Amino acid sequence: MSLLDVRDLSVVFQRRGERPFAAVDQVSFTVEPGQTVGLVGESGCGKSVTSLAIMGLLPKRGNRVTGEVLFEGTDLLKLRPDDLRDRRGRDIGMIFQDPLSSLNPVIPIGVQVAEVLERHRGMDRRKALREARELLDAVGIPDPDRRLTEFPHQISGGMRQRALIAIALACKPRLLIADEPTTALDVTIQAQILTLLKQLVDETGTALIMITHDLGVVAGLCDTVNVLYGGRVVERAARHELFARPRHPYTHGLLSSVPRLDSPRGERLHAIRGSVADNIPWVEGCAFAPRCDNVVDACLDGPPPLEPTATGGDLRCNNPVSEEVAVP
Amino acid sequence: MLRVIVRRLLQLVVTLIALSALIFVWLRNLPGGPVEALLGERATPERRALLIKALGYDQPILVQYGKFMQRVITGDLGNSIRSGDPVTDVIARAFPATIELAVAAMIIAVGLGVPLGYLAARYRGRLLDNLTIAGTLLGISIPIFFLGYLLKDVLTQDIHWFPPSGRISTGMDNTTVTGFYVLDGLLTREFDASADALWHLILPAVTLATIPLAVIVRITRASVLDVLNEDYVRTAEAKGLRHRTIRGRHILRNALLPVVTTIGLQTGALLSGAVLTEKVYNWGGLGTLITDSISGGRDYPVLQAIILLAALVFVLVNLLVDLSYAFIDPRVRVR
Repeated sequence: MSLLDVRDLSVVFQRRGERPFAAVDQVSFTVEPGQTVGLVGESGCGKSVTSLAIMGLLPKRGNRVTGEVLFEGTDLLKLRPDDLRDRRGRDIGMIFQDPLSSLNPVIPIGVQVAEVLERHRGMDRRKALREARELLDAVGIPDPDRRLTEFPHQISGGMRQRALIAIALACKPRLLIADEPTTALDVTIQAQILTLLKQLVDETGTALIMITHDLGVVAGLCDTVNVLYGGRVVERAARHELFARPRHPYTHGLLSSVPRLDSPRGERLHAIRGSVADNIPWVEGCAFAPRCDNVVDACLDGPPPLEPTATGGDLRCNNPVSEEVAVP
Repeated sequence: MLRVIVRRLLQLVVTLIALSALIFVWLRNLPGGPVEALLGERATPERRALLIKALGYDQPILVQYGKFMQRVITGDLGNSIRSGDPVTDVIARAFPATIELAVAAMIIAVGLGVPLGYLAARYRGRLLDNLTIAGTLLGISIPIFFLGYLLKDVLTQDIHWFPPSGRISTGMDNTTVTGFYVLDGLLTREFDASADALWHLILPAVTLATIPLAVIVRITRASVLDVLNEDYVRTAEAKGLRHRTIRGRHILRNALLPVVTTIGLQTGALLSGAVLTEKVYNWGGLGTLITDSISGGRDYPVLQAIILLAALVFVLVNLLVDLSYAFIDPRVRVR
């Protein structure tokens, strides 16, 4: 049994007087124990909404979530809110994009780490604070004793994200969801945080869902990668397979867009034409068709199915990039 | 922190001196005055001149002000022109009544306003929210004297739920310690007196509370709505914390910052509202004293003292608010 088995997850936003909008559209993927899985795509492709839906953190009103989110066989979407609350923070931890706004500005760091231990592991405040100190130490925060009583505005951005990682891993969850954990950080700090995450999931055997738009992050961390476009998975492959032979034109375009230091000076950077807004609804055809270089007539005759590939992945494309075409 | 307090207290002294000068000049330029009140309209010019000289009103206003300030520094605020009693005594009798009323009103406003504002935000757009919003609009717009007489007519005359006026039933043999009747009853173990005083207190306090209550509900609601969208509330949810922990530690603690500021600013509204409320319920406090001192012949010494006292209370409460702000929000402490 997979640790996490997401089946046909859809999230439809419905505001009064507006057309329903499917931010996540029949997304399926699995996470095995200890595995690191990437969810990759541009802003607005539905990757964050997917993670919030898994955690049950979407607003209570204005959206409809369908499908199944099986965590060790239990459908999280069917759990009573209180039962889900018991599992959040204990079985599944989550870290967010902006570490400053994700920490409560008026509560000392120590308490913010300790409270999750008090809640799920029944510790009293003193014991929880002692444990919090160990956790801060483990995520590489210098002088953890002092940090316990400090407030988020008194520590650096990198340290804040480390503190959030300590919070998310405090109860040794089996799954960690990281939603763009390095986007708000300096490049040098980004590398440190990624190294730390990799080290921690390796040590603890925690499975990780890495949500990112940054292919560099994927390359360094993920075992398998799901590429999302317009709320649907368009390509899924093992990491080395995806980087060596991207089949979907969108994936290919993303990889080609990564600037390279060894390309000749003055050469134009490659970009996918158009923007995420230039898509068509999946029911009418492939959402990527308006931006696709490989578009064929079939692309506008309805959504292409997600089909297994010879290399063990899945692909949703009528006219995939040939396996011989390498990424420039 | 200490430096902040000292600086604010110095500012307070300057404020009070400026205000005292303003009031001194302004009061003495009002039409009518103590001389007319004491002697009547048909007094002979000779008698008028004599009284004016006796009261010292013939001297230049600057000299009068100087003498006034000289006495103020020694703690002597002069004597009431109407009763002849020392102003400090007159005010000491009335002050606890107003404070009791204002504190009771604030307890109602905060105790009811914060939960209501929170619930309105939590159930935004639903019936409870809409009713609350409509209610606050009514609360802000309805004139205090109108509401006061309405409540009084219905609840004390039509159905006798509450006593119509006064602070305590006549014939109640209560011992005065602090001047706060409810508190005095508890201190002296005269619980019947305490209950009776509380009974008298409810209607005036509710009347006086309406405006601050409405303002606090609105501020709380807006502030909670802001905080609900904050990332750290989502983090708290992601930790699986219990509802009450998230509500108390993560939502309210942050949402109350603007509410605390509002409480300070509402002290001013309370003091002016007290004038009308006390009139309606015949509550023998500063409000009654101020109206009596104006209509009863411009009792300059008493009026000056009351206005200065009101200013003092307002500034001190807001100083307290600023200090508590630093206590709640660690980011303020650094500055």
